[in-house]
Amino acid sequence: MIKGMLQLTERGLYCAAADVYIDPWLPVDRAIITHAHGDHARWGSKHYLASRDGGRVLRTRMGADANIELIDYGEPRTINGVRITLVPAGHILGSAQVRLELDGDVWCVSGDYKTEPDPTCSAFEPVRCNTFITESTFGLPIYRWCSQHETFADMRTWWAENAALGRASIIYAYALGKAQRILAGMLGADIGPIYTHGAVERLTNDYRESGITLHPTSPVVAQPKGTSFAGSLIIAPPSAAGSTWLRRFGDISTAFASGWMQVRGARRRRSLDKGFILSDHVDWPALIEAVAATGAENVWVTHGYREQVVRYLTDKGLAAQAIASHWEGEDEQGPAVADEEAIA
Amino acid sequence: MKQFALLFSAIDSTTSTNRKVEAMAEYFATASPANAAWAVYFLSGGRPKRLIGVRKVAEWAMTESGVPPWLFEECYHAVGDLAETIALLLPPPTVVNAEKPLHEWVETVLLPLGTVAEDEQRTAVLDAWRQLDGTERFIWNKLITGSFRVGVSEQLVVRALARASSIDEGVIAHRLSGHWTPGAQNFSALIEPDSSDADRSRPFPFYLAYALEDELEALGQPTEWQAEWKWDGIRSQVIRRDGTTYIWTRGGELATDRFPEIVAAAELLPDGTVLDGEVMPWLDDAAMPFAQLQRRIGRKKLGPKILADVPVVLIAYDLLELGGIDLRSESMSSRRAKLEAVCERGEGPARSIFLSPTIALATWDDARLAQSNSREHRAEGLMLKRLDSEYGVGRRKGSWWKWKVQPFSIDAVMVYAQPGHGRRALLHTDYTFAVRDGDALVPFAKAYSGLTDREIRELDAWIRRHTIEKFGPVRHVEPVHVFELHFEGIQKSPRHKSGVAVRFPRIARWRTDKPAAEADTIETLRTLLAAQQ
Repeated sequence: MIKGMLQLTERGLYCAAADVYIDPWLPVDRAIITHAHGDHARWGSKHYLASRDGGRVLRTRMGADANIELIDYGEPRTINGVRITLVPAGHILGSAQVRLELDGDVWCVSGDYKTEPDPTCSAFEPVRCNTFITESTFGLPIYRWCSQHETFADMRTWWAENAALGRASIIYAYALGKAQRILAGMLGADIGPIYTHGAVERLTNDYRESGITLHPTSPVVAQPKGTSFAGSLIIAPPSAAGSTWLRRFGDISTAFASGWMQVRGARRRRSLDKGFILSDHVDWPALIEAVAATGAENVWVTHGYREQVVRYLTDKGLAAQAIASHWEGEDEQGPAVADEEAIA
Repeated sequence: MKQFALLFSAIDSTTSTNRKVEAMAEYFATASPANAAWAVYFLSGGRPKRLIGVRKVAEWAMTESGVPPWLFEECYHAVGDLAETIALLLPPPTVVNAEKPLHEWVETVLLPLGTVAEDEQRTAVLDAWRQLDGTERFIWNKLITGSFRVGVSEQLVVRALARASSIDEGVIAHRLSGHWTPGAQNFSALIEPDSSDADRSRPFPFYLAYALEDELEALGQPTEWQAEWKWDGIRSQVIRRDGTTYIWTRGGELATDRFPEIVAAAELLPDGTVLDGEVMPWLDDAAMPFAQLQRRIGRKKLGPKILADVPVVLIAYDLLELGGIDLRSESMSSRRAKLEAVCERGEGPARSIFLSPTIALATWDDARLAQSNSREHRAEGLMLKRLDSEYGVGRRKGSWWKWKVQPFSIDAVMVYAQPGHGRRALLHTDYTFAVRDGDALVPFAKAYSGLTDREIRELDAWIRRHTIEKFGPVRHVEPVHVFELHFEGIQKSPRHKSGVAVRFPRIARWRTDKPAAEADTIETLRTLLAAQQ
């Protein structure tokens, strides 16, 4: 590991100068949280610093007792001379890149990010830096997302076809981020309220309270006994697949919204009727472009296809290296386990 | 091509046989005969013979997509399918073209690929890539690399055609058998209502046995039963009617031209005869391993060498029709007596059809003894049939039982893992297992099946965290997990480091209770081998 602003310790990425960790996977005194997904925001630390935009969802995830301090994007916080700024990462509501500057040396930790526009969160902003620490969940050129407008249009058509056959349409999507992005994508569709699983509804309310406009929803549990779900659209976390919770819906058609759906084998394995390609991570072209936009001469790569991305960047003349992380919601455990991850 | 791609997606996105058949039936009812003919051809497994080398296609794809070979390789390992990898890597199409129908793609672009020079092949393939997108591009890649497959059998295609045309399945199957060539006229003839080719070729539904669960004594008196060897071949009916022979497999395939030896012997059968039996590879008066039969089945063309190396016979165990009269409601013993008489005539000089021998049962211990000796006869167990049983339909409990020998069993340690293909892409599902040899581990078998989806996912996550070394897609993992493997046979093999080769290894269960230090040793394998010989 080269010496510098950050080092990888057994608790996570550590900035010795400011004595602070970024997304530590074990309890520490001071933690900066890039976003509220379970693999990045872990319980047990004494103090958390995070973006104001994501304050509500983070509170829901961390509980009432967590000691959370919120700052705005771009509002600098200086600790022992290290100037720390949070910059929008475009991944989910409140997701942030962490920019650290000391004596003119700038580092940036991307967290999870995407560069595609998304009405549910602030758009990704490239950060000029010397060292960029990037994720690589979908770091292979086979991952190249189709336009999200196309995906949302497909979703509407699919729902309409099912509705015509009297079937309920169930979309499995991560309860935090993906579910709300779909709800935003369905705005204006003549669907009526979209029914939600409890895990989805809680976080959806957090989004609304944070000022994000979403399609109207109604929790499945709030429906009176005997309600017919024929022709409705339901959003549930992937963990609901195959569970008895589905029985109440009668005849259903199922779909999964994820970047993993790009590969046919991943679609077929789940015996789903449909796979919608919709990811909150960068695809390959966006990843390579984002790295270039930072102007960084050193790149650290975490997550999924880090070795491949490192080799590619090295061939392009950058000083790249892979670092092992425990941020593995959608990577090291592999796509199979990742989609089982329910958002607690 | 669009309509065919939609059909492909419909079949590909459901596991329901009925929905697949529905989708095909709808396609056949609405597509033009010229397109439908090619759909029938491809869906039932037809492949134009080798058009282009796969390697060339991959090279063109790398150039066109600007992906270096190592990265292409990585992508291929992740996707697990070459045609799909290429479809995903190529840049988006640049030509917004008018739709070209399937038959035009096939007849004017695909088939000529086999006869033109490399330059022209390249131009044609790149041209297609620049016009096609998504599923169409994927299908195109499958077609040019000769690897098009979709989850339907010829039987289901037949069923869909029958549904679309209201013509009997048997008639369609018969019309489609042999050397059917795709073309608009041939497709129309396929679903023609006039059926002057009355279904004289049709087999009876096969009567199936259940696996024996109870003690033999529960079956009553041994003298009420007929015992035979259970052969490991292809269950088939040989039909001799109106001077013509048909051989149908239980899989519903008309396989007459695959077994010329049996056809020759069948000419000696009286007209109006239907035999039920097992097609077996048989040399020097003994059964050969099933793998040999597979080798022969795999050949498109039966040359003199394969015919000499792997001759086949029909071991006849039942007579369903004689003199054109359906015998199925007669008793087993009555049918057997007539079968014996018929087989004497049918054997012929080459003995390519012969009677299934019975095993005398004075007591149930005779059956036990015979069953335990099955492997010496290269049989996989015993069949027990009530002497008074009729030849039923489908599977009904009570009068026919199969009693297979226990498989061999070994507790082995997983040492390597690699991702599977198709449905199992991105997951580590192909494992290599080893036995202990002193302190070392000697790999001896690969197995793919036997675990539940949940176990596969759990193991996949573990494998990713406990990799010692990676060789391409293959991960050398910590030798920790023990699995009970079952297999059907064991042979000496100089090609394997362990010195043995096992037949049909599969995972029986994950022995989470057993540490690697207690797995079986190479000695156990050697003992099994010695006992076999």
